[in-house]
Amino acid sequence: MIKAILIFNNHGKPRLSKFYQRYSEDTQQQIIRETFHLVSKRDENVCNFLEGGLLIGGSDNKLIYRHYATLYFVFCVDSSESELGILDLIQVFVETLDKCFENVCELDLIFHVDKVHNILAEMVMGGMVLETNMNEIVTQIDAQNKLEKSEAGLAGAPARAVSAVKNMNLPEIPRNINIGDISIKVPNLPTFK
Amino acid sequence: MSEVVERTLSALPALLGPQLPAGPGPGRPSAGSRLGSLIRSITALTSKHEEEKLIQQEIASLKAMVSAPTTTLRLMKECMVRLIYCEMLGYESSFGYIHAIKLAQQGNLLEKRVGYLAVSLFLHENHELLLLLVNTVVKDLQSTNLVEVCMALTVVSQIFPREMIPAVLPLIEDKLQHSKEIIRRKAVQALYKFYLIAPNQVQHIHDKFRKALCDRDVGVMAASLHIYLEMIKENSSGYKDLTESFVMILKQVVGGKLPIDFNYHSVPAPWLQIQLLRILGLLGKDDPRTSELMYDVLDESLRRAEINHNITYAILFECVQTIYTIHPKSELLEKAAKCIGKFVLSPKINLKYLGLKSLTCVIQQDPNLALQHQMTIIECLDHPDPIIKRETLEILYRITNGQNVTVIVQKMLDYLKESKEEYAIITLSGKVAELAEKYAPDNGWFIQTMNAVFSVGGDALHPDIPNNFLRLLAEGFDDRKEDEQLRTYAVRSYLTLLEEENTFYPQKFLQVMSWVLGEYSSLATDVDPEIILTRLHSLLKKTFVTSDTKAWIMAAVTKIASHTSCSKTIDKLIKEFSSSLDTCMRQHAFELKHLREDRVLMKNLLPFDASCNDMVVDASLSFLDGFVAEGLSRGAAPYKPHHQRQEEKLSQEKALNFEPYGLSFASSVSSSGITGRQSPTGLSFGSDTSGNSAETGHKETNTLKLEGIRKLWGKEGYLPKKESTAGKPDEPQAASCGNLLAGRVIDPPASQSDQVSSLSEEEKEKQQLASTLFVGLGSNAGVSLMGKMDVATQKFKRKSKINETQTSEEASDIQNSAASTFGPLLDTVPVNKEDCEGNKHTRLRKPSLCSSDTLEDNLAFETPQSLKKPGLDDRLSDSTLSPLSLFADGNIEILQPSPSALCESANKTLSVPSLPKELEELPHSEVVELCQSDALALYLCKVWKDDSLLLAVFASNKKSSALNTVNLVFEKAEHFQILESPAHQFSVIEAQSVERCQKCVWMDKICTQGILPGSISYQSEMEPCLEFSVTLSLLDFIRPMEMTTEDFGKLWLSLSNDVKQNIKMSPSQDSLSTALSTLQQKLKLHIVDIIGNEGILACRLLPSVPCLLHCRTYSGMLALWFRSPCSALSDGLLYQCQKVMEES
Repeated sequence: MIKAILIFNNHGKPRLSKFYQRYSEDTQQQIIRETFHLVSKRDENVCNFLEGGLLIGGSDNKLIYRHYATLYFVFCVDSSESELGILDLIQVFVETLDKCFENVCELDLIFHVDKVHNILAEMVMGGMVLETNMNEIVTQIDAQNKLEKSEAGLAGAPARAVSAVKNMNLPEIPRNINIGDISIKVPNLPTFK
Repeated sequence: MSEVVERTLSALPALLGPQLPAGPGPGRPSAGSRLGSLIRSITALTSKHEEEKLIQQEIASLKAMVSAPTTTLRLMKECMVRLIYCEMLGYESSFGYIHAIKLAQQGNLLEKRVGYLAVSLFLHENHELLLLLVNTVVKDLQSTNLVEVCMALTVVSQIFPREMIPAVLPLIEDKLQHSKEIIRRKAVQALYKFYLIAPNQVQHIHDKFRKALCDRDVGVMAASLHIYLEMIKENSSGYKDLTESFVMILKQVVGGKLPIDFNYHSVPAPWLQIQLLRILGLLGKDDPRTSELMYDVLDESLRRAEINHNITYAILFECVQTIYTIHPKSELLEKAAKCIGKFVLSPKINLKYLGLKSLTCVIQQDPNLALQHQMTIIECLDHPDPIIKRETLEILYRITNGQNVTVIVQKMLDYLKESKEEYAIITLSGKVAELAEKYAPDNGWFIQTMNAVFSVGGDALHPDIPNNFLRLLAEGFDDRKEDEQLRTYAVRSYLTLLEEENTFYPQKFLQVMSWVLGEYSSLATDVDPEIILTRLHSLLKKTFVTSDTKAWIMAAVTKIASHTSCSKTIDKLIKEFSSSLDTCMRQHAFELKHLREDRVLMKNLLPFDASCNDMVVDASLSFLDGFVAEGLSRGAAPYKPHHQRQEEKLSQEKALNFEPYGLSFASSVSSSGITGRQSPTGLSFGSDTSGNSAETGHKETNTLKLEGIRKLWGKEGYLPKKESTAGKPDEPQAASCGNLLAGRVIDPPASQSDQVSSLSEEEKEKQQLASTLFVGLGSNAGVSLMGKMDVATQKFKRKSKINETQTSEEASDIQNSAASTFGPLLDTVPVNKEDCEGNKHTRLRKPSLCSSDTLEDNLAFETPQSLKKPGLDDRLSDSTLSPLSLFADGNIEILQPSPSALCESANKTLSVPSLPKELEELPHSEVVELCQSDALALYLCKVWKDDSLLLAVFASNKKSSALNTVNLVFEKAEHFQILESPAHQFSVIEAQSVERCQKCVWMDKICTQGILPGSISYQSEMEPCLEFSVTLSLLDFIRPMEMTTEDFGKLWLSLSNDVKQNIKMSPSQDSLSTALSTLQQKLKLHIVDIIGNEGILACRLLPSVPCLLHCRTYSGMLALWFRSPCSALSDGLLYQCQKVMEES
């Protein structure tokens, strides 16, 4: 499980923090500080994994991080996640941000905290990896944005019109196009007792 | 990718200038204007203090705006974003929480989304405001707008109050059939969350999980794997039937059957593969048959993962882990080993790390692998990355043995000295201490190493380390001389350490020193006690010594004082501290003063080296009998056990509650004993002059007792390992040669150089290091190195052999002494005194349980016991209700062994085990067979006693000769508690006869069904140990609870954990009364009252956790409403109810 996702800049200023396990407010701040302290000390040519500090919870937990220009992306995970898998997940996350914000920079994260959170929510839900396909995430986000925008535009419109928009569904997502060809089948499932 | 984030904060002022209020993104202007100005001012600040001031201002203005009635939702949304920013910086803004919930409730899509986001960032699962969100979530789940449903599902999987799950569960279950895959996927994820926080509540939808696993969309299937991974982790045996399906899925994924969309860097669905491999690993663990199914696909995965990309390595790594977890197959192991090699040798540091990590995992299975990579491991020891270094040390830790311990411990201590991370220090110093205890070659080394651990580890050190160390010194070994040498060595080394005036030592180290000096300083006969006392005295005056440590030091001084006649230092010390402002020290000083006046008492109180002599503790407190009798004769109320009091409290109305500390009764006796022993000084002169308890009191307090302390590295812990090494036939030779090698590294002789001159200095050093580190590994005790290194070690070996002949005597001497020092230590498991006593105690108290005598005999036995407490007699006869009145409702199904079963088993040669009369009358299950071997058969019968579940285990000897010392042990199970000791010993079972033992069990942690494993062993050449397991269900521990309707009402109001559920009634049980009697019969609930279409029932979980049930029928539905102080109990009973109602 992913315990927390932290983004902070080279000076340790938090840019995004999302905790999937409950920590008190103070502990959260301490974790951010401690994590920055641990991560910022590391050279460029060392490995991207770190054992968690005391706060984030002992030997079972690991910090997996990547450093992009001014920002550190840190995922705190427990032993049930694959290190390299998470490392690539960070890459997917950043690439997705890049697509959504067209050349993402630290400022985008500051001014669109809510959007970044939304993108993250499409990838990681309740601490578990939900989606790793970049195109899929971008499609979802775009679709939602469009819908929200159209609704916001209709704020002053009569109620009927609004409900018409509301009942509009999300566009069908292309990956389901060849449903017939997806041959993942689970054979011989024994009946559940 | 690094260019992605190239605009940095340096660009900020320009971007935020007045002419450019916002960046390129849409929607920025309005939000940007305020948030932007906030951020601009923050970045302009220079100190934390200014930032705080600014944010406080911001929060104040937000507070005003948020609560102003004119604030529109749109504005509110902006406020929320700013609040999120403030919270992220660590400033509390709880005033906005309620508005976030409101926004989620009322806003349009965009605002709602921000509202939900704010809620999930601000609140936690147990926050009271969260209840206000439930309605919104329910509404949104029912919305026709997909975005709203998605948002609701997301927030549910992030935070949701546990007790409100039933409100949304049916809605989410419905979503599993939704036409959109994204909704189905999120619903599965939400159910996963529910499974984590309340597994009992989703028990009934396990078949829906299966459906999700078979979903036509891969995303949904992948999401369901999270749940399966979790469930299989908990209980792998329940899902073996799915192995084939998982294998099939993996095969298809690996085979590229997925749409190209799922590819990541042209690897098909890598994260899905990783997940599946993990599941397979769990399923195949220790199960050859299941493992068989997955060999092919694992092979295929290994083969396919060949592209040189990060993510393929992730899959490879997972494959390797799985291959080593499941039942081994040599072919695959070979490939996996090759893979590990690739990782370890990789220039990429991440891969190297993972390679080392997998080496750590597999090294015990396959030590040869470590030999192959020993040079890499040596290189990694000097790696600039501390993480790599630490992982390397972890490998070394796992391969440590008696021969390489000095080198490895040295490496670890070197690392410790450099490290500054507290966490690393704690774990590593623990390991060093463990290794030192296990493998120390001699006394001097051991003490020195422990000194290093104590000084480097400081006060962060795990408390077990000093405790274990002291116990080791105190308990000693078989050889008295050895003991004394070790202790004397410790005393001397501490005196030398204390000689240096201005050195700082951690508190724990000082405490250890003072204890040892106090206890054993007299062993160093040539040292004047006056010197020791002076040292201790000067310590007492140091400012860095805490008062805790001072108490230890004072205790040491007192102990030394007991065997020195007169000492100036002590006089001085007493004088000095008699007027100390520290009351504790003053107390100690006075005690010392008075004790010195009575030397005989002092000698008795502080005997030499008695710290681990067993004390006789009269646990039955029989010396108080006179006092009790006197009290009773004066009309005091007789003592009632705890559960009885609890019951009476529930069943009778009492005007006043006279029972203090009711709940802590069970452990109070033992815990007080333990705290007494653990007092840091090992000394306490409390009320030692009071009457007849004085003697016990003295004995109890004058010693340091460590039995209460958890034995982390106790002898039992590493016993098996020791045995396995001892099993090697060629050990002694290898061992002595190892000693020589070890000596060499510390002091490399020059004569070595000409023999290996062909290699460079550095290389040579490394190889020496390698040979010392990896000595004793692998099957052929010698060191097998690869390639050219082979030559060097050959020489090395030969050389060492020559040496060996010269010094063989000496070496074997060392070896012997080491073995005698540490060998017995490993084997002598001290008899756990408490356990032992507990056994005796039960045997005394319940003679009937252990003997298979007749009832009359038992009565005869019992009389003295009852005579002892005549006052209790009435009470006893009251409480030992006639067995049948237990289930007074009469119509509860009581299983009696059917006559046919009796006949059948009677046909067997052996006598059928049957319950003795007094148990036969209680409700009980059939006698079932647990396990069999050639010599022994075990049968089990569950007896549902009123106060516990009694497991009667029959051991029947099938042989024609008697079996001696048959040991029956129940293992510790998470969910169950065995009331007395979990073990039972039959001293002898006569030929062809049956012996019986009884254990009373409670359920400690509630579960619907659990397994209590156990084993029975007896002295025989063949299969000396039989394993068995007893399945216990929650219902075994449920008893009816009788009460009046009034009591029910009162209790109902005092309980808070609600669980409600509606279940359909089948036509056969259409009326309330039939439904209730089903519940009564099957679940042993007590029907309190039935009024109209409502009924109330009560039961308790042993010993006395009540659970109340309120039932109501309406239109073919039965509404169940449980209340209990323990929510898991309600959940469990609900599940049982559902099952029962479905069955009938």
